[in-house]
Amino acid sequence: MARASPDGLRWMRLLGGLARSVVVFAVALILFGLILVAAGKDPVRAILETLRSTLGTGYGLSEVLVKMTPLLLTAVAVALPSRLGLINVGGEGQLYMGACFGTWVALSFPPWPAGLLLPSMLAMGMLGGGLWALLPAWLRARGLVNETITTLLMNYVAPSIATFLIYGPWRSPFNSMYPQTVDFVEAARLPTLFDTRVHVGLIAALALVALYGFVMRATRWGVEIRAIGGNPQAARRCGIPVPSYIVAALCLGGAAAGLAGIVEVAGLHGRLRPGFSPGFGYMGFLISWLSFGNPIGMVVMSFVAAVISLGGDVLQIKQGLPYAVVNILLALTLYVVLARPSLPRRRGA
Amino acid sequence: MNLLAILGLLSSAVFSGTSLLYAALGEVIGQRAGIVNLGLEGIMLVSASVGFGVTVVTGNPYLGVAASAAAGGLTNLLFGYLVITRRANQLASGLATMFLGFGLSALIGRPYVAARIQGLPRFSLPGLSGLPALSRSQFEFDALIYLALPMAALIWWALFHTRWGLGLRAVGEHPDAAFASGRDPGWIRYQAVVLGGVLSGLAAAHLSIAWTMTWAEYMTAGRGFIAVALVIFSKWHPLRAVAGALLFGGAVAFQLLLQAIGLNVSPFLLDTLPYGLTLLVLILWGGTRRHAAPAGLGRVYQGAEQ
Repeated sequence: MARASPDGLRWMRLLGGLARSVVVFAVALILFGLILVAAGKDPVRAILETLRSTLGTGYGLSEVLVKMTPLLLTAVAVALPSRLGLINVGGEGQLYMGACFGTWVALSFPPWPAGLLLPSMLAMGMLGGGLWALLPAWLRARGLVNETITTLLMNYVAPSIATFLIYGPWRSPFNSMYPQTVDFVEAARLPTLFDTRVHVGLIAALALVALYGFVMRATRWGVEIRAIGGNPQAARRCGIPVPSYIVAALCLGGAAAGLAGIVEVAGLHGRLRPGFSPGFGYMGFLISWLSFGNPIGMVVMSFVAAVISLGGDVLQIKQGLPYAVVNILLALTLYVVLARPSLPRRRGA
Repeated sequence: MNLLAILGLLSSAVFSGTSLLYAALGEVIGQRAGIVNLGLEGIMLVSASVGFGVTVVTGNPYLGVAASAAAGGLTNLLFGYLVITRRANQLASGLATMFLGFGLSALIGRPYVAARIQGLPRFSLPGLSGLPALSRSQFEFDALIYLALPMAALIWWALFHTRWGLGLRAVGEHPDAAFASGRDPGWIRYQAVVLGGVLSGLAAAHLSIAWTMTWAEYMTAGRGFIAVALVIFSKWHPLRAVAGALLFGGAVAFQLLLQAIGLNVSPFLLDTLPYGLTLLVLILWGGTRRHAAPAGLGRVYQGAEQ
């Protein structure tokens, strides 16, 4: 549809969408403020402090970009299957599995040159995330079990496996205080940009979002995926192999989340720690739903979500609120979107 | 392994299964009315934090249970507003509720993180005075456990042997037909959602006030989702849910037992046992029992004007 309309109209639509998003977000922010007031906190101060420490300084801005990197990837992990009408809520588990697979390469082959080691790590990370989505994908493609509940349950398994590896075979002998793996060798670290903690993972993530947008808009795969999302029955009768697409979309989504995991580990931490993700997978789900799978919307929402996530840290340090409070704001935003039937709605599974 | 260990296993299976049973019963009612609620996890977290907080403040665990049930009903009302009045997608609304629960419960429970409470009083089963004291102590249960089976029976009776239950199931199978026969699908679904919320609240109360007697962030650890899986396993039937809840409670208890006897398996891997079992059950039962699902499950009722 969008392809047929003139460019001007498309921009109008995009601007309209952005304006609507701002209104939605403002309503959610007001509701969130009321909850903070009820908790005896000053919401205006909380918001100002958040903005000052994120967008106010160069360092703050760079930290937003750091946070944004895995969010872009986990958003793709949800958005791609969602175009088929699949709900992948397993980003968190797929992210941990990707981190484990990639870390295995980094720990097993440290003498490899960076040109070989890093691509192998990233590929294994994607493989790990993709494999973690395979069981839900297969069950859904066979028409056995809805993928929502299976991906959710598997979120509780992957972090435990990661913790087991970190406490067990991978535990660093040099640091007895904190359970973690040994530091990755320099060749296993993603290069950083401009003396900040921002790493090339950001560029890779942006490129992947662009690739996702291009595939959806301009390739046969994208057309067929959208056809299945629109009407699976009709798509099947047109000879589109729906089960294969279901497996491929969920596993590719899982691979994107797995990439997020290894990129976060290799780019930011340089070692695998238990609980290194503060719910990136879940936040990717919210980002994808709030941007309706639109690539530009996903970049904008990832940025906003990164600011909110850092805001959670600020609230935790300065006002003694638990970090999980950011979930309230994100959930309220989704509530406002869901409560507006005029917006384009996704088909559930 | 001696008799006492086996008794202990059974006892902790009952404790761990009770919250699953209440949550699954709540989900059965909702799904029988055609509503899938994935927000159960969030509802349980909010209820657990409210119930625990009220217990700390008032010192009365029964007030805590009541507050927990009320919180569950009210929070689920919010979900109901989205999916019934606003006709939003049920799965997405449920997940939004889950996120809200993550955050809201952390906020509510924050002041009570390290608090200690007098849990729900436990009474021993009558007629066991002949047993040695140590064995008898394995049969001391709280009121919510004693009420769990009657509750399942009551819900079974209400769903399958009353006009109210007939109407509720009719809405779940075919809302348009239910409307044509003079029922109000929206109103009936609201009733189901609030009842489901109250039952999830009781589930959470048992978890935080009666069993663990603590509050911790994310303390439900996926129990809400396991309860949803249990509903599929139990073919949307309240009495079969009892067997399912005991099975899963047993898995959790078995895992605790393995840790206690010092088996040489990482506790982190043992932690995954209940989820693995749930996945296995879904694989084995998910497809074959599909015909048992209410026909209108997950469908948005668009109202009579269309």
